[in-house]
Amino acid sequence: MRLKYPSSIKIVRIPCTGKVDILHILRAFEMGADGVYAVGCMEGDCHYDSGNFRARKRVEQARKILDTIGIGGERVQMYNLSAGEGPLFAKYAVEMHEKILKLGPNPLKLAKKKAA
Amino acid sequence: MIVADKKPIEEIIEEIKDYTTILILGCNECVTVCEAGGKKEVGILASALRMYFLNQGKDVTIDERTLERQCDHEYLEEIRDVADQYDAIVSLACGVGVQFTAEEYHTVPVIPGVNTCFLGATEARGLWTERCQACGECILARTGGICPVSRCAKRILNGPCGGSSNGKCEINKELDCAWQLIIDRLDALGKLDDYETISPIKDWSTDRAGGPRKVVREDVQL
Repeated sequence: MRLKYPSSIKIVRIPCTGKVDILHILRAFEMGADGVYAVGCMEGDCHYDSGNFRARKRVEQARKILDTIGIGGERVQMYNLSAGEGPLFAKYAVEMHEKILKLGPNPLKLAKKKAA
Repeated sequence: MIVADKKPIEEIIEEIKDYTTILILGCNECVTVCEAGGKKEVGILASALRMYFLNQGKDVTIDERTLERQCDHEYLEEIRDVADQYDAIVSLACGVGVQFTAEEYHTVPVIPGVNTCFLGATEARGLWTERCQACGECILARTGGICPVSRCAKRILNGPCGGSSNGKCEINKELDCAWQLIIDRLDALGKLDDYETISPIKDWSTDRAGGPRKVVREDVQL
């Protein structure tokens, strides 16, 4: 297929999105990520039954925390697609990339520069 | 176990905003099981607070530590060497752990990071319900293993009252009438005759009515 998606995106491979924890998402922001999105299987198609639903809930909780602390919950997103939907994977990557470009960099980067 | 719920991050921020070195102290026992104050919740809160203060342009150090228990001297001793280095400790243990930590480290402010709710059980993932009010004189042997003190809104000992309708309590249609549960269980046990026995007036002096309580066991004291 050789589809292109933005080089800004770093893929972290996990066995199931059910493995994603709020802490992983928060740590990514602490380490300077501008945005984080989880790509899980289609709802109802999870091999572990409910992994993608767990991920969705954790993404929602991470959103709330990021909103509370002023980083912006909209920087976190959950997507669902099947393993056969390569073009959709690339489309979501572009969508997320553009969304983050609009939102600008992680505010912590600016704060770190100011503090330095 | 003791069931606690997370405090809103905003409330914790308000309490600690004037400090610059803070320890977030978790507990490996009950609050870990009810997902309010274990190692993971310590990590989440500490990460959120670090980002909040950095974003506010404040130089605040937030460290993380989780003890086996905060309600025992021996485990609290593990932070003896470092406790004084902090302006404040946010304890994610239950109210017992918060107070015991405060007693152990008298000059360091200890701030609660959770709301301690009740003695309960995990009914399902994310659902904890009350089962015991620690009244100090257990009557479960007479009530089919179902506690009217903690599960009946009126705490009545000879129920049900007139507010019981279709097995539910009048205060909430979702809430089971404890006395309906008791009668059903006594029936299942073939002990409905026990229901006919009137419970005597309970000695509430072993409950909170008698003031703060203590258990003294000379047989195990050193």
